[in-house]
Amino acid sequence: MSQAATMDRPQTGASNEPAILLDRVNKWYGAMHVLRDISLSVGHREKVVVCGPSGSGKSTMIRCINRLESHQEGRIVVDGTELTDDLRALDTIRREVGMVFQSFNLFPHLTILENCTLAPIWVRKMPKAEAEELAMSYLKRVKIPEQAKKYPGQLSGGQQQRVAIARALCMKPKIMLFDEPTSALDPEMIKEVLDTMIGLAESGMTMVCVTHEMGFARQVADRVVFMDRGEIVEQGEPNTLFENPQTERLQLFLSQILRGH
Amino acid sequence: MSELTTTTRAGAGVSEAAGEPVPSVAGTAAVPIIRNAPAGAGLGPVGWARANLFNSWWSSAVTLLLAYFLVKWTLGFLGWGVLNAVWSVPETAAGAMDPERCRAAQGAGACWAMIGDKYRFTLFGRYPYDEQWRPAVVVALFLGLYAISAMRRFWRKELVLIWAATLTVIGLLMWGGVLGMTYVPQDNWGGLPLTLILSTFGLALGFPLAILVALGRRSTNMPAVRLICVVYVELIRGVPLITVLFMASVMFPLFMPEGFNPDKLLRAQIAFILFAAAYLAEVVRGGLQALPKGQYEAADAMGMSYWKKTGLIVLPQALRLVIPPLVNTFIGFFKDTSLVIIIGLFDLLGAGKNAVNDPIWQAYSTEMYLFLGAIYFAFCFVMARYSRGLEQEFSRTVRR
Repeated sequence: MSQAATMDRPQTGASNEPAILLDRVNKWYGAMHVLRDISLSVGHREKVVVCGPSGSGKSTMIRCINRLESHQEGRIVVDGTELTDDLRALDTIRREVGMVFQSFNLFPHLTILENCTLAPIWVRKMPKAEAEELAMSYLKRVKIPEQAKKYPGQLSGGQQQRVAIARALCMKPKIMLFDEPTSALDPEMIKEVLDTMIGLAESGMTMVCVTHEMGFARQVADRVVFMDRGEIVEQGEPNTLFENPQTERLQLFLSQILRGH
Repeated sequence: MSELTTTTRAGAGVSEAAGEPVPSVAGTAAVPIIRNAPAGAGLGPVGWARANLFNSWWSSAVTLLLAYFLVKWTLGFLGWGVLNAVWSVPETAAGAMDPERCRAAQGAGACWAMIGDKYRFTLFGRYPYDEQWRPAVVVALFLGLYAISAMRRFWRKELVLIWAATLTVIGLLMWGGVLGMTYVPQDNWGGLPLTLILSTFGLALGFPLAILVALGRRSTNMPAVRLICVVYVELIRGVPLITVLFMASVMFPLFMPEGFNPDKLLRAQIAFILFAAAYLAEVVRGGLQALPKGQYEAADAMGMSYWKKTGLIVLPQALRLVIPPLVNTFIGFFKDTSLVIIIGLFDLLGAGKNAVNDPIWQAYSTEMYLFLGAIYFAFCFVMARYSRGLEQEFSRTVRR
């Protein structure tokens, strides 16, 4: 039921083609079947939150979208380009897809500013002055321009994650992927990162976000996808999904999440 | 007391600004800060000694015993090496050195006169005596090159040009044959320039090769490259350096076509480069493995190509992680160049050994080895100190 509802949703993007399309994607780690027939379509400017218990394959799925992991069966099309072993196509896609990791993954040997300008200068071939100006504008947007000359190790976790978001945005991506961006943070720092993400969502970015922050999902998600044991079990508009779960697995998951909070 | 020091440490200015009464003693140097300081700090030399050297009967006994040996040996060395030493000897009528005074002082004093007589042969080997200013300039050029390379503000692309230019000049000076300098064949090179040539070229060319081999060994999508790298490293590591040198010097020409016979020094140099690269590759690989996977992923996710990722993200971090073992290998390798003596090249140690063979000076090898030891030590010590400074500098900026 919820599946049909999302399929009918009119896409707000410029083209009719979805920003991200996964078509019966399968992946195995050895004998372990980690993604089972995953089909998902994300429209332009759509915000999708992916949730599910640990080991459900949600991180693997999002990492397949920019091919940090490769899938074995099915098709993944990002921004009109299919992901194959063609490295040039892959680099093109990666330039358009920003990613924020659970563990920030800032480059510790570079300053905050250098972290942000590195890829624009070396991958986008942007002049240094322009890249720095761009980086400062994004650092202002994530509210830490004053830290530009510091090194990542001198910042708090929440600040580092905001830098990571700014760094990804400096590549001017069309799509942003978030892989549990707040899971490694102390509780008092989660809000500052979520606020940044909410701001980004309001600006119309296409986002796929793996997170357990249900408040965030309710506030920004157009659609919530629930995964368990490598498959998409249920998906739909957040309020409907959370208030009226159709499957036992989602009911169980929600009760555990709510108990935890 | 401790409360008082805490206030002082927190900064008297802060408490003043807050309007709190500042204790009269606070803020003056008279307040000894005891916590976190080494025992006895601020007590003056007598207090320090009492706290650290004589704080129990056992400690006092050890202190006295060590002090006894320290004084005894220092005095002994001073007596032998300075007070009773023979600094020069007269010449005989035939123009040779007359070691009679050294013979008289033997056992009681060092014969530094032999160093005075032989230092040029030791430092420059069989290089023609009148042309020895050339290797002397070469040594100075090498030292200058090291000094410039050690300074971070010269770490830019032009440094490669400086190296290329300096090494060219060094080659010209050593060979000669141009600009009115006589030609000196490599067979006559020796001493310190030879040691510096072997180790500088060995490390300067071996290190980039090591990085490539280390990267190749970690390659996942090029199994052939990885296999070659693994075989190369294991093969070279599996045999002693002496064997590699022998192979380069004796066996290698057998496999070469008639008439193609690169000289001994070049063959030894290539053997050194290959040997150093194999060991350094393993050190570099250690650094590559220590780097968290997330760093690779973050670079990948931004669409960086393999070489950009490697050059901008991976190597700068991986090499910093392995500065201590790298320098360890550098130092070991610098000293290993002395093994070329077995294939008939006279590096610093070889030339020194040869100098001691002179019948007049045969009895004074101790002095010669002390002299050689001091030179090797100076180079190794500077390397070690420099690497420590580099480590500290990096750890100040990069905190994980």
